[in-house]
Amino acid sequence: MDEILEVLEKDARTSAEDIAKMLKKKPKDIKEKIKKYEKEGVILRYKAVLNKDLVHDEDSRLRALIEVNIVPQKDVGFDKIAERIYSFPEVSSCYLISGSYDLLVVVEGKNIHTVSSFVAEKLSCLENVRGTTTHFLLKKYKEDGVILKHKEENKRIAISY
Amino acid sequence: MKNIISNKVKQMQPSGIRAFFDLVLGMKDVISLGVGEPDFTTPWPIREAGISSLEEGFTSYTSNKGLYKLRLSVSRYLRNRYGVEYCPDEEILITVGVSEAMDLALRTIINPNDKILIPSPSYVSYGPLTELAGGIPVYIDTQKNRFKLTPEQLERHIDDKTKGIIFNYPCNPTGISYSRKELSQISKVLSKNNVICLSDEIYADLTYDFEHVSFPSLPGAKDNVVYFNGFSKSYAMTGWRVGYACGPKEIIAGMTKIHQYTIMCVSITSQMAACEALHVGKDSVEKMKREYARRREFVIDGLNSIGLSCHNPQGAFYAFPSIKKTGLNSLDFAQKLLKEEKVAVVPGTAFGGEFKDYIRISYASSFDNLKEALRRMSVFLKKQL
Ligand SMILES: Cc1ncc(COP(=O)(O)O)c(C=O)c1O
Repeated sequence: MDEILEVLEKDARTSAEDIAKMLKKKPKDIKEKIKKYEKEGVILRYKAVLNKDLVHDEDSRLRALIEVNIVPQKDVGFDKIAERIYSFPEVSSCYLISGSYDLLVVVEGKNIHTVSSFVAEKLSCLENVRGTTTHFLLKKYKEDGVILKHKEENKRIAISY
Repeated sequence: MKNIISNKVKQMQPSGIRAFFDLVLGMKDVISLGVGEPDFTTPWPIREAGISSLEEGFTSYTSNKGLYKLRLSVSRYLRNRYGVEYCPDEEILITVGVSEAMDLALRTIINPNDKILIPSPSYVSYGPLTELAGGIPVYIDTQKNRFKLTPEQLERHIDDKTKGIIFNYPCNPTGISYSRKELSQISKVLSKNNVICLSDEIYADLTYDFEHVSFPSLPGAKDNVVYFNGFSKSYAMTGWRVGYACGPKEIIAGMTKIHQYTIMCVSITSQMAACEALHVGKDSVEKMKREYARRREFVIDGLNSIGLSCHNPQGAFYAFPSIKKTGLNSLDFAQKLLKEEKVAVVPGTAFGGEFKDYIRISYASSFDNLKEALRRMSVFLKKQL
């Protein structure tokens, strides 16, 4: 992977100027490359990684992982069915999976009712959906490589040879 | 009671910058660029291996030389990486870091008043360990040649009492390393004069501009070399205290004699973790190395642009810029910088009395810290000049 991407994946705020210094390149070249990545969709967008457990407000959200079994149908590939599912705004992630079911769908809702009504009234009713199994998420420990803990204290002594 | 302390220990020079270290340790909210160890924690698979060895009940002594499987892994690692053969039975000793290994080697080869050459600036333990072993450290100031030892300079310092040289590359505190050609020239001078090379290559895996060349891999060098490496720096394992020495079997046997009485063996937990490091650690090492390499560019560029001229270090995680133009000596500079801008660096004099025009900066620190520290240093420098 290009080191520009490695740096940005770690901290999306790193400026093109700083990346240029780190990689001994011209800022202009770095900017152009980033533009290109954005245009090609390699970089889709930049966002903050939140520890939602520490965000105290009313609309904290409940998540569920839903296993979805699909009835394959002639001329309708998985992609088409997946599109019908992931287009719902309630769906935050959607993956095609190997194994005993087909799609893993991550749904977010205000509470248990909104999530279950989405499953019962929308997802299960789709023509090609044979069955679903819903797992409510109880606690998040790590997400996308980030361990969701308070910032770690420094454990090194401040000065040494 | 007045003779309780031995003359040898009394004669040891107390470190001139101890008080400065205490000052740093007593202060809050300091950004420290004075840390000589990685800012990463040991990669999880390695920590996990230590934990499960405890769960499985590995809590005993090991062979004095160290776990056979660790010596075997070290032997394989050196063969694959450098094409050097060391026999795990007789030519490898597992030690409590390179620190212990260096002490053992010096005590093993030194007769009273033998001279040991130490290119300087140098890591702090070499001189005192040489003296404790009864030898005489002979420092070779490398300042004039941009911190590189030259064959001519080396030759000039050798006489018939010269027993060995402690050669450290990439170097703490300068980050300087050597190409194959440069090493070959040095090796020839050493062989010709029968000087043993104690090659401290603990930062080998953190070499950025070229492939590290190991001293024992040089043609004809091996019989005259004790090779030192450890897990502290490349695997971010400083606290585990594991390293090793490889060398001719008579020297390793001598070192093992001392080690068996003073240390007995390295902690088994650490040895088990070190085995895992050699098996699975490669990717983590590469990843940390890329991160250090980026910080290096950023820091060297930053130092030069705020007016502290700095040579390009090829390895380790240190920069050694000159502060001469501020007119301050390194200890005053460090104290003032700490008090005024809360940035800690190590005065150059820690690594040899002559280096009062330099400071050591460690870039084993997060990018955000480095950036903020450079900003503060720039403010500080404007006030001085
Ligand atoms: C050049 C050099 N050698 C040896 C050591 C000590 O390493 P260890 O942790 O293996 O004892 C250090 C640590 O800072 C070092 O910089």
